[in-house]
Amino acid sequence: MLKINDLHARVENGTPILKGIDLEVKPGEVHAIMGPNGSGKSTLCQVLGGRDGYEVTSGSVEYLGEDLFELEPEERARAGMLLGFQYPVEIPGVKNIYLLKEAYNAQRKHRGEPEADTFQFLKLVREKLQMMQMDESFLHRAVNAGFSGGEKKRNEILQMLVLEPKLALLDETDSGLDIDALKIVSEGVNKLRSADRAIVLVTHYQRLLSHIEPDFVHVLSDGRIIKSGDKTLAHELERSGYQGIIGEAA
Amino acid sequence: MSTQSQDVEQLIKREYKYGFSTDIDQEILPPGLNEDVIRAISAKKNEPEFMLNWRLEAYRHWLTMREPSWAHVHYPKIDYQAISYYAAPKSKDDAPKSLDEVDPKLLETYEKLGIPLHERARLAGVAVDAVFDSVSVTTTFKEKLAEAGVIFCSFSDAVRDHPELVEKYLGSVVPAGDNYFAALNAAVFSDGSFVYVPKGVRCPMELSTYFRINAMNTGQFERTLIIAEEGSHVSYLEGCTAPQRDENQLHAAVVELVALDDAEIKYSTVQNWYPGDEEGKGGIYNFVTKRGQCLGRNSKISWTQVEAGSAITWKYPSCVLIGDNSVGEFYSVAVGNNMQQIDSGTKMVHVGKNTRSTIISKGISAGRANNAYRGLVKVVGGAEGARNYTQCDSLLLGDRCGAHTYPYIEAKNPTAQIEHEATTSKIGDDQIFYLKQRGISEEDAVNMIVNGFCKEVFGELPMEFAVEAQALLAVSLEGAVG
Repeated sequence: MLKINDLHARVENGTPILKGIDLEVKPGEVHAIMGPNGSGKSTLCQVLGGRDGYEVTSGSVEYLGEDLFELEPEERARAGMLLGFQYPVEIPGVKNIYLLKEAYNAQRKHRGEPEADTFQFLKLVREKLQMMQMDESFLHRAVNAGFSGGEKKRNEILQMLVLEPKLALLDETDSGLDIDALKIVSEGVNKLRSADRAIVLVTHYQRLLSHIEPDFVHVLSDGRIIKSGDKTLAHELERSGYQGIIGEAA
Repeated sequence: MSTQSQDVEQLIKREYKYGFSTDIDQEILPPGLNEDVIRAISAKKNEPEFMLNWRLEAYRHWLTMREPSWAHVHYPKIDYQAISYYAAPKSKDDAPKSLDEVDPKLLETYEKLGIPLHERARLAGVAVDAVFDSVSVTTTFKEKLAEAGVIFCSFSDAVRDHPELVEKYLGSVVPAGDNYFAALNAAVFSDGSFVYVPKGVRCPMELSTYFRINAMNTGQFERTLIIAEEGSHVSYLEGCTAPQRDENQLHAAVVELVALDDAEIKYSTVQNWYPGDEEGKGGIYNFVTKRGQCLGRNSKISWTQVEAGSAITWKYPSCVLIGDNSVGEFYSVAVGNNMQQIDSGTKMVHVGKNTRSTIISKGISAGRANNAYRGLVKVVGGAEGARNYTQCDSLLLGDRCGAHTYPYIEAKNPTAQIEHEATTSKIGDDQIFYLKQRGISEEDAVNMIVNGFCKEVFGELPMEFAVEAQALLAVSLEGAVG
């Protein structure tokens, strides 16, 4: 589904941040990418999402058999890739329900399906709201405007549940959540797990991984994946810290 | 990806859809302004003497006045002698008696503009008075309105058929010498629209005027007068376009509204005059005076405007709230892209007791445009219990445009309650990226944010015009981001 080959990238005209990432994600898999601050986790997400201001200097990324970098961000999204933001953006004046519907229909249009009618769509959204234990009033609030940190993250997962991406890249979705919210968010993510979808979790902490069990764990340091393993690697990290692993790899 | 970026390139080159001009026989007065020109205009229209005298008085007053310079706009000095003050489509006889007699090319023009003169108008239930350059070409639905007792006709017809009403109300709201451009208009205005709604009548349909400047080097000086008698109700819409020309053209209109006891006038404008090109070449100077007088008790005047065109907009639709408990409203969306300059806002003058006013202004700036809100809320000594609420929001796209706010508040009565709220925000790259990452295209993302920003104002427009306004904004802001 996602094949990253020797990816090098930097902030435009800045110093290199990603220095040769190799990663393959297959349908049905859950990958966790862990690493200390400044290791390149967020840059990797932004580059995969297609954010302006980053420059890919070499390497390639294939998504569903296509060259990812040939696709505009909106095309990536319509092709089923969803980036869950570390800091979800506030958009005053635009209602949540409106964004959800536009995004949902953009995907349907892309697949050649008719737009959803309002009634059916609302039914679908209500179901997902319930999963996320969110009140219906959320739908009529402006996108993330005045939301608490936890509400914003829940809203990201709500969007994910509605859009049902083939590949979800969740950038520190766990940061800023209390234990109860973490549980709700994790359950939301777990609901998406299926044989034909893949999830990439980017996180600092092992605690998320006790709620969402990954198939693979990768340790990112200084722009490279220095170690990969199964979920036990996360426990090892918890014990010895990033320094332990980084020292061992060096 | 390559086709994608081509699309974007095309979008960035902002197209002005109404930039065509129509090649028809026109009768045009040579450029220049003096008393003879004014006499000629008045004679062409077979005006009664009071009109000619009024014009001449205005002209003499205008000569003593100076062009205002306080607005936050810049333009080279206008040579008033280089403008032609009258241009009319030439017909075989005088005026066309029916649509069949109207030059087919003219009808084609309106067709292109999407103005429904024929059947579409009937379906939409809109009565249209179309002003082409200086004269009103045709007024549809005159008969159906006449059944209700509503008079809706060109200003010239009103002068001929209802001189007593014209004489009574002309200049009663915007006096001939009110300001430089209003005085110029009073001297040379060649046509416009006239509406009279009798006592207790609810006008059975939306009334609509479409203005079009076609001829080169002409100014358009139209004048609209709407009178709503006791307990009556009318909703009036105007739309404006002009061909794409490299020279600037002057548009100096005057609108006067009079609402008597318990009457209500709703006046909506979708202004899309040619804004000039990306470098600021060409475009209309839109210097307009619009004012409504809530003369009667419990009367209400509501202005809604979507200002998307013009090189320069200088316009302050205002309400003078004389009757007790009268209400004034101003809802505005003003969009400037490229080199456009806007200095617009409103005046709410509270004279009567318990008068209320609401001002909602949404200014959007993109490209290198400058957008200023200028508003006055004035409460005179005797206006017990006056209330005003003002909300003034600015939205910036990119980092080369400007937003300015000049609120003036004068309260002479201690019971006055005046609230003013203002915000400035910017469409951020992060917002655009967020929406794109949800599958929404860049243009749609901008439109979504802009429409969200403007929705309080769009909500005030009649349904079909709200849709038009949204589309217009989308066109105006194409390529403004990215």
